[in-house]
Amino acid sequence: MLWHFDNELPIYTQLVSRIKLAIATGELAPGSRMTPVRDLSLEAGVNPNTMQRALQQLEREGLVYSQRGNGRYITEDTAAVARVRDALAAGHVRRYREAMRGLGYSDEEMKALLSCGAEEDEDGKLP
Amino acid sequence: MENCLECTELTRRFGPVAALDAVSLRIAPGRVVGLLGPNGSGKTTLIKLATGLLTPTAGRIAVCGLAPGKESKALVSYLPDRMCLPEWMSAEELMDYYADFFADFDRAKAADMLARLGLRAEQKVSQMSKGTKEKVQLVLVMSRSAKLYLLDEPIGGVDPATRDYILDTIIRNYSEDAGVVISTHLISDVENVLDDVIFLREGKVAMQASADDMREQYGKSVDAVFREVFKC
Repeated sequence: MLWHFDNELPIYTQLVSRIKLAIATGELAPGSRMTPVRDLSLEAGVNPNTMQRALQQLEREGLVYSQRGNGRYITEDTAAVARVRDALAAGHVRRYREAMRGLGYSDEEMKALLSCGAEEDEDGKLP
Repeated sequence: MENCLECTELTRRFGPVAALDAVSLRIAPGRVVGLLGPNGSGKTTLIKLATGLLTPTAGRIAVCGLAPGKESKALVSYLPDRMCLPEWMSAEELMDYYADFFADFDRAKAADMLARLGLRAEQKVSQMSKGTKEKVQLVLVMSRSAKLYLLDEPIGGVDPATRDYILDTIIRNYSEDAGVVISTHLISDVENVLDDVIFLREGKVAMQASADDMREQYGKSVDAVFREVFKC
């Protein structure tokens, strides 16, 4: 997994978001065993306590569960995974809307732009 | 559980100058704490008091409940802010040396880490580059199962790859029974591995908080908060 941090936000919330993204995209497959905390924190270059805190948060949200003495697993509840994906999508939509409104676009214009965005040419330019 | 380090109204004067002025703080086991402050703020003085290399002018300091002395030294693994390895020793001899001095030294662990650095056992300290010496010194310090690790400027003057190796080694050897104190003024380099931060200014604690709480409260990196607090 690739990790990137914005130092202006608490690290543990960023870890939670990053792992949620991996769960939503299937990078971390439902029911799969997670890398142990220590290795995960080494990979991310963060303090093991912070990683632990993030995983506990995900446990409380029901996205990962631990099996005593046998590590942590990603939830098998595909409906829960779909909800995470929807929530992430809703966040992107909201940010898109805010940014576009800031540029003075109406919802109708946004829709029009989105549908022709599918026909972008190779340079990413709109027709 | 007992605190790894506890200071109460700790003061150390050098002539008329108070290098540390009535500092009170606690460091619990399992915490990685950044001791941050500009040059001359008292970081090294605090660490040297904890190792017993300096004695307090006033106040109290305790390591795992013990006043600094023979017993406390067995519990503290100290990385000084300068090179202290004898130049004529080889990597192998350094390990013998550490094994002789410290009952908690894990020789196999040290040998493994040194091998991963690509060091030959017979290579002498005098033949190592500055960065390699720093790494070797850290490997020796982190190969002890101490209760308190005091790392004075572990990343001062090393290249970014060496810095990553050093931070990696600290995370890799993390133990929930031990406290780790990292003193530095290179905050952005270390802030992701810290649980808590202590800002020292002119011998006093200017601020003390969990690193994530600080980011949450100020909406800024620890480094940015530091720059604000210590603005000249």
